[in-house]
Amino acid sequence: MSSWTNNPILTIEHLTMRFGGLVAIGDLSFNVGRGDITALIGPNGAGKTTVFNCVTGFYKPTEGRIVMHRANKEEYLLERMPDFKISAKAKVARTFQNIRLFGGMTLLENLMVAQHNPLMVASGFTIGGVLGLSSFHKAEKEAVDRARFWLDRIGLLERADAPAADLPYGDQRRLEIARAMCSGPELLCLDEPAAGLNPKESSELNALLQYIRAEQGTSILLIEHDMSVVMEISDHVVVLDYGEKISDGTPDEVKNDPKVIAAYLGVPDEEVDQVEQEVGL
Amino acid sequence: MSAQSESRFVSAVKDSVAGGLIALALFSLMLGMKAEVASGMGGQLGIEYRWGAVAIAVAIVFFGRLLLNLFVWKSDKPVTGIMSGMMPKASSFSGLGKFAMPVFLVLAVVLPFLLMSYYGASGSRRYLDLAILVTTYVMLGWGLNIVVGLAGLLDLGYVAFYAVGAYSYALLAHYFGLSFWICLPLAGILAALWGIMLGFPVLRLRGDYLAIVTLAFGEIIRVVLLNWYDFTGGPDGISGIPRPSFFGLEFERGDDGFAAFFGLDYSSIHRIIFLYYLILAMALVTNFVTMRLRKLPVGRAWEALREDEIACRSLGINTTNTKLTAFALGAMFGGFAGSFFATRQGFISPESFTFMESAVILAIVVLGGLGSQIGVVIAAVVMIGGFELIREFAEYRMLVFGLLMVGIMVWKPRGLISTRTPSISLSGKAKGISADLVQEGHG
Amino acid sequence: MLRFKEPFERRSKGGWPVISGTEKFSHNLPQEKILVFIRGSSKRELSQKRGLATTFFNVQKCTLTTKRWLEPSGGLNNDMEYFLQQLINGVTLGSIYGLIAIGYTMVYGIIGMINFAHGDIFMVGAFISLILIVALGVTASMPLALLILALIAILIVSMALTSVWGWTVERIAYRPLRGSFRLAPLITAIGASIVLQNFVQISQGARNKPLQPLIPGGFTLSDGSGDSGFVVQLSYSQILIIVVTTVLMIGFTTLINKTSLGRAQRSCEQDRKMASLLGINVDRTISLTFVMGASLASVAGLMFLIYYGVIDFYIGFLAGVKAFTAAVLGGIGSLPGAMLGGLLIGLIETFWSGYFSVEYKDVAAFSILAIVLIFMPEGLLGKPEVEKV
Ligand SMILES: Nc1ncnc2c1ncn2[C@@H]1O[C@H](COP(=O)(O)OP(=O)(O)OP(=O)(O)O)[C@@H](O)[C@H]1O
Ligand SMILES: [Mg+2]
Repeated sequence: MSSWTNNPILTIEHLTMRFGGLVAIGDLSFNVGRGDITALIGPNGAGKTTVFNCVTGFYKPTEGRIVMHRANKEEYLLERMPDFKISAKAKVARTFQNIRLFGGMTLLENLMVAQHNPLMVASGFTIGGVLGLSSFHKAEKEAVDRARFWLDRIGLLERADAPAADLPYGDQRRLEIARAMCSGPELLCLDEPAAGLNPKESSELNALLQYIRAEQGTSILLIEHDMSVVMEISDHVVVLDYGEKISDGTPDEVKNDPKVIAAYLGVPDEEVDQVEQEVGL
Repeated sequence: MSAQSESRFVSAVKDSVAGGLIALALFSLMLGMKAEVASGMGGQLGIEYRWGAVAIAVAIVFFGRLLLNLFVWKSDKPVTGIMSGMMPKASSFSGLGKFAMPVFLVLAVVLPFLLMSYYGASGSRRYLDLAILVTTYVMLGWGLNIVVGLAGLLDLGYVAFYAVGAYSYALLAHYFGLSFWICLPLAGILAALWGIMLGFPVLRLRGDYLAIVTLAFGEIIRVVLLNWYDFTGGPDGISGIPRPSFFGLEFERGDDGFAAFFGLDYSSIHRIIFLYYLILAMALVTNFVTMRLRKLPVGRAWEALREDEIACRSLGINTTNTKLTAFALGAMFGGFAGSFFATRQGFISPESFTFMESAVILAIVVLGGLGSQIGVVIAAVVMIGGFELIREFAEYRMLVFGLLMVGIMVWKPRGLISTRTPSISLSGKAKGISADLVQEGHG
Repeated sequence: MLRFKEPFERRSKGGWPVISGTEKFSHNLPQEKILVFIRGSSKRELSQKRGLATTFFNVQKCTLTTKRWLEPSGGLNNDMEYFLQQLINGVTLGSIYGLIAIGYTMVYGIIGMINFAHGDIFMVGAFISLILIVALGVTASMPLALLILALIAILIVSMALTSVWGWTVERIAYRPLRGSFRLAPLITAIGASIVLQNFVQISQGARNKPLQPLIPGGFTLSDGSGDSGFVVQLSYSQILIIVVTTVLMIGFTTLINKTSLGRAQRSCEQDRKMASLLGINVDRTISLTFVMGASLASVAGLMFLIYYGVIDFYIGFLAGVKAFTAAVLGGIGSLPGAMLGGLLIGLIETFWSGYFSVEYKDVAAFSILAIVLIFMPEGLLGKPEVEKV
């Protein structure tokens, strides 16, 4: 039995999202296994980002249930929670398809903002901070250490005091992941983290994701178009097309699924061979 | 003259003629003819012609454009290029920030003595009054800077909180006979409560919608003050608002007055100086708290909110509460400034709290450079102080004010001081961040 | 000295200050001095009212005081005649708001900014019309055909000149900031508004400008023989305003929907960068949008002048905010929405003053603005905006 049926961290049941007449997601159900790297793939416009937005509370689903099972056995019904609580309480963090960093703030500040909630408590909801309590200074130092750790991890420590908007694209992607990790998530949702990266950066990213999963114990749900990344690092692949699930299984199962090849790639038979080769079949 | 420069000259003249014609269309009626109730015509309107003024206006536009065309826009060596070479660079401006703050502070503290020794007690009154006015605007600017500069919430109704503060003090003193020192915190708290009450429903609106709603709230409060005759005195306002005391010592002639207690000769200037130090202290507290908050999680969340609200929400920040704290704090400082205004004037009426006042405070914040504390000081000194000094042209004051607002914004859309100092640094020597990198707010 | 026995509050005309529709009094008024008690007005409002009083009562001097208050003698009026009169006044006022609102809605649609100076463009339009009327010596005593011709000519010239003002504001204060920081154009817009107001205050004087009624008279729909004894009038100027607005609206909608200019505008609304790549002159299209908005505002200015017979440099602020409210209520970006919103705001304001209180009529408009923005920011006819993540 696979981990996503035995021990899911996230279960999505009968999720439907309509925009006016457009059905972006129709009756979608799947699980994300604890400790897995799960890939959500599908052609453009399949509704992948919409799934993320429903999971992280930016859209309220028209129908369906999304349950987060935290390690401490608490369960959260995400479809009912406001977005900021999903990050704060249910411990789901995310990145965005088009990077959303705080461009005018330094790298360090970006990572400090991500630790807002614990710092807020430590600063006695600001009052203690204004008075300069020592417990706050301690908490702040810990937060800086954690930020320093992640900056080191993504290889940007020496740029800690530079504004985030000055970074090259690939570094911004990694910074966004580091920022999400600073909020201490149990499930990390990454929207096309490898988009626009060169092969070297892409393999660095793979290593980073493996590290996050193995050492931090954070489960990962990612959207990706780059099949080499998907096949290399994921344990579980879910394929969407027109808002519906057409395949769900291990990478091997999925890539042998003729429905996936036909629907996902949408090409005539004679081209399938060629594309199959690209996919590594 | 080469053919190229000749054609450049021709095109410059053409452009200037076009400019002149537009100026003619603009001014021929609105400046050249004045519809005025003529005497002896039974209250009917007549026209007063002023073609000379039109000619001057058109000539200014024509020659101004011609010169600009020839020497700035289309020249190989634009004069502005040479000029900007001589101007200090932006980086030296951020250095200026470090210097300017202590210099301004020292200057502000010794100002009354400087004035007294130079102009004498009676001569310096005018300048002290002006200094009080400027400092009030600095405080208001700093208060609004929390809302607009840090949190990126565009508030066009800030004057409402100024009014709440002023009326809170005036009414509490009027109905309950409370003293200034008791009312000051109360006024701040009341203004903050109003801030929360008004802010709660509207803070999720997009930037310019928020601006309009806050404007509407500002006007609603003013209209209510104007019409609730029995409670607020309506357009007549409230007079006889008690003056503040110096730890119980009144500024008056007599044995238990301030002067007698300290063995000084009585002089009305004492109260003015006291008021000056009072507002200076209040402004400095505002500044201190703001600077402190910037380095706390809440302040960082404000700035993050200004940059990208959606990213903030994905990081677990309760954006509504964070905005509300900014709004309430800004309102509170506005309220403090308001009760100071009431006690200084001794009289308040809704006339003092019009939309124009909000616009002036906002202009100070934006022109100074959003989020920049020293920028607010510079802008307030220039815009308020500068204008009060040229009283003779009082009529043109607001016109010039508006022109400056447009001009400075077009010249420097980010304001005069547009670098942002990071709130925390790993290496201990973080550089200022150019405002061009600071993203547009989504609040 | 004379005191009103009538509840003049309910006679307020279209939401403007309380003295109007008082022609009935003017016959037996002493020609020297009257004292009107109005509570709760600012100085500026008082001076406006003084202007109204001098026009409507046809007297030289009029003392107004804010001190005392005359209670309306009658209670609320529920009769049909009164309702009808409010309806007529509301539609008239709403037409004027609608014309101004179109300028807000178009500019917001195309560059996503609130053109704060638009209300003042309306004020400039009203002044240009006034100057033309006085300079050409147009009065009600002219032969009717000539009067109509003169008014049409004035309308056209005023539209042209006001457009130049609108164009200039865009060129100087907004265009250099295109693509810049979001708050910058809003600040220049406020600056431009201050400049326009103060320029007019200086060049034309701060005192208000009363104009003798140009189009007096009207149909009496009810001569006061009903139970209430209330006279219902539909004046010729009201008919003129409603007709002109309707005609302009139809012409304008056709222009936007059918011509290439309208197409260019709509494409710029969708995606400015793409439009410019496809060869649309974006700057020109935006300029034309401002020009159209300004010319409609100048029509509103002339109508306002004809209807109320008095203007000053400050009328743009309130009218602007209310027209903006109208644009938001109708759904910003939507032309029919602007017109609908204008009508609704006009009606709400008139009925509010007619049945509740004149003093708080602006509060009514502002509250509607806040409520609409909070609870249905897409307005009545606008497209809902979904936050794209
Ligand atoms: N806020 C919205 N309003 C209306 N339609 C939307 C909205 N968000 C998404 N859609 C529609 O839902 C469908 C799915 O979009 P989504 O962004 O989820 O696709 P995707 O799978 O992430 O595609 P891509 O690979 O291009 O990122 C699209 O047709 C899109 O236009
Ligand atoms: Mg997507």
